[in-house]
Amino acid sequence: MFELFSYGDAGWGDEILQGLAITVQLAIATLPVGLCIGFLAAFASMSRARPLRFLGFGYTTIMRGLPEILTLFVVYNGAGLLINAALRWWAPEASPIDFSPFAAGVVALGMVFGAFAAEVLRGAFQSLDQGQVEAGRAIGMSSRQIFLRIQLPQVWRFALPGLGNLWINMLKDTALVSVIALDDLMRMTKVAVGVTKQPFTFYLLACLIYWAMCVLSELVLAQMERRANRGIRRA
Amino acid sequence: MNSLEILVQYWPRLLDGTLMTIKLTLMGALIAAAVSPMLALVRVHAAPMAQAPLRIYVSFMRGTPILAQLFLIFYGSGQFRPFLQEWGLWNFFRDPFNCALLAFALNSTAYQTEILRGGILGVPRGEIEAAKAIGLNRLKTLRRVVFPHAYRIAWPALGNEVILLMKASALASVVTVFDLMGRTRQVFSKTFDFSVYLWAALIYLCITAIFVLLWRQAERRLSRHTGARHTPQATAQPLKETRA
Amino acid sequence: MTLKKTLTLALASAAMAAGTASADGLRLGTEGAYPPFNYIESDGSIAGFDVEIGLELCKRIGEDCEVVAQDWDGIIPGLLADKYDFIIASMFITEERKKQVDFTDPYYLAAMTHVVPKGSDITEFTNEALSGMVIGAQSGTTQADYIETAYPDADIRLYPTQDEVNLDMASGRIDLQVGDMLPMLDWTTKSEDGGCCELAGEPITDPAFVGDGVGIAVRQEDDALREKLNAALAEIRADGTYKAINDKYFDIDVYTMK
Repeated sequence: MFELFSYGDAGWGDEILQGLAITVQLAIATLPVGLCIGFLAAFASMSRARPLRFLGFGYTTIMRGLPEILTLFVVYNGAGLLINAALRWWAPEASPIDFSPFAAGVVALGMVFGAFAAEVLRGAFQSLDQGQVEAGRAIGMSSRQIFLRIQLPQVWRFALPGLGNLWINMLKDTALVSVIALDDLMRMTKVAVGVTKQPFTFYLLACLIYWAMCVLSELVLAQMERRANRGIRRA
Repeated sequence: MNSLEILVQYWPRLLDGTLMTIKLTLMGALIAAAVSPMLALVRVHAAPMAQAPLRIYVSFMRGTPILAQLFLIFYGSGQFRPFLQEWGLWNFFRDPFNCALLAFALNSTAYQTEILRGGILGVPRGEIEAAKAIGLNRLKTLRRVVFPHAYRIAWPALGNEVILLMKASALASVVTVFDLMGRTRQVFSKTFDFSVYLWAALIYLCITAIFVLLWRQAERRLSRHTGARHTPQATAQPLKETRA
Repeated sequence: MTLKKTLTLALASAAMAAGTASADGLRLGTEGAYPPFNYIESDGSIAGFDVEIGLELCKRIGEDCEVVAQDWDGIIPGLLADKYDFIIASMFITEERKKQVDFTDPYYLAAMTHVVPKGSDITEFTNEALSGMVIGAQSGTTQADYIETAYPDADIRLYPTQDEVNLDMASGRIDLQVGDMLPMLDWTTKSEDGGCCELAGEPITDPAFVGDGVGIAVRQEDDALREKLNAALAEIRADGTYKAINDKYFDIDVYTMK
């Protein structure tokens, strides 16, 4: 049985590893996008301007309430049409942009990650000791300095467990891009199943690989949490 | 064919799909709710060695994508058909609804177990000691003191879990179950009209909104004796309970 | 891995293709999950009758062609969204599809067929006889349309790929399936798990479902490309290249189904 997993033409080992590479690339590409959107949405939700708050709240509610696979389909089928329609109106001679499944995956997963991250970050910002911010203002720190030196390091500490969970969920969500024809781990597994007719074997292998990635992530995150919390006296 | 025409022509299918989604979600959540209290007790009280299989199970369910779990159960059972037939289980696994329900129930049980565990651990020791002081035995303590309070603590998180289960149910369409997502894809493959996805999004949001409303009503009722003016809201996602 | 020909491309032909193709080479869209017409080899390359014909046509037009795989459900939206320039994936020419895309002349004729387990007692293929039975097909295909129209009382299952229908047919989860005749013939006679089953009943040749045959889909504004593909198709029919490719896969001439 293990020759099925080997490299080379007969075995599926190299295809599955290639799929794994795509999965990891997708997750790593999505993280900054998701964090950016998360920060923006969190700031919008916490802002003094009513319309911004409404926008932030609306965005997070909608993106958290929709199934990820629906978001993926909407982005994959809709975004390409939207972008190319806009492009045709703007510059009719330009060649159309190919909205690849990878890009669709990054955008869709990033938007979902961002919505959940916004809530985590908002909770983290709001659990900050306001006294420290006031003290900073009292000694004449600018808003920017307060944000970078007082708020951000502590927000990082508070938000890390939540963000870590979102990372693990996103790792698992990448499996959904197999449904839109991106050759990630899940899809290569499907192809292998289609040819070898051994679904249990290969899907179990895929599960084990995802599980390993998640457990690894949990270990790394635990380490990061320990480091972020160094010097903090627990209640 | 514009957006409104799509809805007018295909609403029976979408309704059918919506009912299937609700059915899958509710049944999965209820099965998990029936099993998870016992498992949560194991997680809280049992010795570490005894907990090991349970912890592995929870780790596996939370560490693997639900899509992979679905494929494993659905196509995997097909591979083992002769074996299953011998044990009289093939008729169960033959139906894709059962396979999907099994996957969702297993998944939700893992998450609900952890949520309930958090709830049980959150019950103040003082209450348990008081119960002991007035002579309640273990079973009565669990039934009258621990679980009611644990469920109240865990209520928002459990609500979130049901919402996440409903979102996960959208994957049932990949194993031929015609839930809302499956019907939506079916309509799209006929008409290629993008707006059907937007209608599906609207329906999902409506179901979520109605559910959140009902859940919060239930929470208010459950906490009516505590006098708390401001009960915790069920929208913010607590830490460990999001999932894919 | 694409079979890239090392021909350079005249910009004029790109301009003639209504300016929607990318500047260098054409992109050929196919599914990659439909043996023997299009499938993925174990080394990752896309091969099959459709792919070979498509690449041959490209050669005749004088373009470099890149093969792009796309899931069946999204294959027409992908064409409309410019992910590739034409689809050659055993797609039946139907009225409904013609509303979205244009087709070249048919490059082979096809029929659909029922497939049942060997020794099964299903002999009648009417709505009454099959009511309550579990029938499977690939979603978004003419087969799916057929079973939804012809057997509304049956328990219909739609799968994302043909492979998955075959998998469940072999495991017995579905009682029968409706598929394209040639791939089904290939599956039941040449593959290991397909040995479970056999073709049954009359071939389904109702033009309402099988349309005018199997054609190459292009965007509705790409008339120039369509003309060129038609011309190239006639060329490879005439000089025997078609027959050479045909005989690699089939015992009969699929262009005429004889």
